[in-house]
Amino acid sequence: MTVKELKKIAAEKADLINVRRIVREQAEKLALNTGYRKQVLVCGGTGCTSSHSLQVIEQLEKSFAELGIDDVLIVKTGCFGLCALGPIMIVYPEGAFYSQMTPEHAKTVAEKHLVKGGQIVKELLYAETVHDDGSVIPFAEIPFYKHQMRIALRNCGVIAAESIEEAIAAGDYSALAKVLFEMTPDEVIAELKAAGLRGRGGAGFPTGLKWQFTKEAKGDKKYVCCNADEGDPGAFMDRSVLEGDPHTVLEAMTIAGYTVGAQEGYIYVRAEYPIAVERLNIAIEQARKYGLLGKNILGSGFNFDIHVRLGAGAFVCGEETALMASIEGHRGEPRPRPPFSAQCGLFKKPTVLNNVETWASVAPILLKGSAWFASIGTEKSKGTKVFALGGKIHNVGLVEVPMGTPLKTIVYDIGGGIPNNKLFKAAQTGGPSGGCIPAEFIDIGMDFDNLVAIGSMMGSGGLIVMDEDTCMVDIAKFYLEFTADESCGKCVPCRIGTKRLLEILNKICDGNGEPEDLEKIKEIADHMKSSSLCALGQSAPNPILSAMEHFGDEYKAHIYEKKCPAGVCKSLLNYYIEPDKCRGCTLCARNCPASAITGTVKSVHEIDAKKCIKCGQCIAHCRFNAIVKK
Amino acid sequence: MSNIEFEGTKQQMSELKKCIKAHKGEKGALMPVLHEAQNIYGYLPSEVQTVIADELNIPLAEVYGVATFYSQFSLQPKGKHKISICLGTACYVKGSDKVLEAVEHELRIRCGECTPDKKFSIESCRCVGACGLAPVMIIDGEVYGKLSPADVKGILDKYMQD
Repeated sequence: MTVKELKKIAAEKADLINVRRIVREQAEKLALNTGYRKQVLVCGGTGCTSSHSLQVIEQLEKSFAELGIDDVLIVKTGCFGLCALGPIMIVYPEGAFYSQMTPEHAKTVAEKHLVKGGQIVKELLYAETVHDDGSVIPFAEIPFYKHQMRIALRNCGVIAAESIEEAIAAGDYSALAKVLFEMTPDEVIAELKAAGLRGRGGAGFPTGLKWQFTKEAKGDKKYVCCNADEGDPGAFMDRSVLEGDPHTVLEAMTIAGYTVGAQEGYIYVRAEYPIAVERLNIAIEQARKYGLLGKNILGSGFNFDIHVRLGAGAFVCGEETALMASIEGHRGEPRPRPPFSAQCGLFKKPTVLNNVETWASVAPILLKGSAWFASIGTEKSKGTKVFALGGKIHNVGLVEVPMGTPLKTIVYDIGGGIPNNKLFKAAQTGGPSGGCIPAEFIDIGMDFDNLVAIGSMMGSGGLIVMDEDTCMVDIAKFYLEFTADESCGKCVPCRIGTKRLLEILNKICDGNGEPEDLEKIKEIADHMKSSSLCALGQSAPNPILSAMEHFGDEYKAHIYEKKCPAGVCKSLLNYYIEPDKCRGCTLCARNCPASAITGTVKSVHEIDAKKCIKCGQCIAHCRFNAIVKK
Repeated sequence: MSNIEFEGTKQQMSELKKCIKAHKGEKGALMPVLHEAQNIYGYLPSEVQTVIADELNIPLAEVYGVATFYSQFSLQPKGKHKISICLGTACYVKGSDKVLEAVEHELRIRCGECTPDKKFSIESCRCVGACGLAPVMIIDGEVYGKLSPADVKGILDKYMQD
């Protein structure tokens, strides 16, 4: 393929994509050019397919055949971001946002809305897109989307995830064409440096500098690697990019290959992401077929190809040296640095490794210019960051906001606040390597340096919201269980340190904590931070240290008063039935797996504390809120 | 290693050899081969590891080292129905540990074990990325979301019958 042919595909399909980027009147006019009266976009990401979005597509196809609809295009896209409402379906040109679709709903929408002269089925729309007066607003104007700015996710939920032509029409590969014919490798590096792009995988190392080190390294062969081993539990932005816009990653890796002088690339992706792996493989096959990977790319004489390697469930493989060991077919254990990967990486050759979200940010910078990118964000953190919002929050999903956006905006405006009128207690960022942001810092601007300053870190962008019912000792214990389990065991401080810290936390949660335990935690943490081999061990104590700093009283309550203020730690609380609330319905007694509840119909029931296993079944079944734990 | 006797068929062995041949000579071939071998057999018994070691010309100790390092590779056979409960952060905060307890209680085995009739096995996993549905449980690839411990029995009953 030549650049001219690439531009031809982009031009032919441009209107098809543009209908989805603008809404209402203009889009309706544009739609006339495309040959399709309407377009139905259905999310085919992991979240929505888990709640059966593929059956929604099947039903649409079936209904279209029955109703004789042949001028409406069905598009299976990547993630729209608002995963809590899945499966999501958007109809253009109106921009009508249907949520929590079922095959039956799809049938109704096909019969009432998608047929010629049909009208939007308001009852099935996401409620926030319908005004009180009954008028429908395009989904882009609701708070969840209004405050976002999508760069890395620009094509996710916009293009058909398995169509290279739609990807090209949306702009993929045009940065590659520009770089191959109009820019020198040094100019690419200068542009990335001027943009201020920092690695999105966690550490925030300047991307341009990384590429420069690899370019300057001497070696007969060099490699480009993509870290798609998204191990931080609760973070899923990399998966969404791979599922929704895999070509942007291939394009950026090829650009890096041209820049540093590499001809081969590897993508190391979690095996837990089957849809992402499948779409990547499809995308690579397509790119080879279109001459965008392989020999003589776009007729430039430059050769580059990409292989996919699957992980096998080891968190430590997100660390760069461990990741490379795993690609080489070894145990995924890290090694001491130096030498750094830029000089001695994969197969002992100079290697540049970036995270998926970083790769997804490269092409827009080279197309729109470094000044544009550098104008977004804060002084030292440029551009946007994707956060995976999870935990006790209404709008669970993926959001991309300019760096420096206040946490409050993310939690309340975009996230829709905390369910059940509970209070915001803290947000955990950076997963098992990060820390918590307590309520007093809710106005903090989310960027690399601000988060480090309060003892947390950006990490890969997991953002778990916790309410008043979350115990901060229990959460720290959860993360320690994770790191103790995932420690590769190669170095002593991490292998033994995580274990000892976990033992102390278990002791505290079991009601056997002693005052000196807090000092012991700090001492072990110091040793782990200063002497562990890789970031896993160095950062493993962060969740405890930050929880101890911001929620010291909660730790003290566990140790001195043997109480868990949030009512989570089982050994420190008992279940009681409040006599004035109990109506004697017997539901709790019938559902108690331990037969610990006694009482007859219409009489107040009682829990035998000795038999009670504190499973919470009784609370789940009681209709009168009569059961409390304290 | 597993105490359950290895029952491999000739067809499985020829598939395994074919896959090894396809990857032989490739840099870092061991991981892809182990993945495919596990797809063929459902787990990685010592007999299979020995074949891989011989054919790829890698010491058996190294094959064993890699197979035991990664949590997705299993040296134990799995049940007919594989139950996986997400203990990732988003699910944990929403109570997936209680869901796991309910499953363990219902099947009378612990996480990581297989029922004596080989019908069910339970494992935990770290984030399948369906955080919007937290807490989630996956049975044979089917995702059950927004669960409470009380939902568990009804779901398992469907699988008990066959």
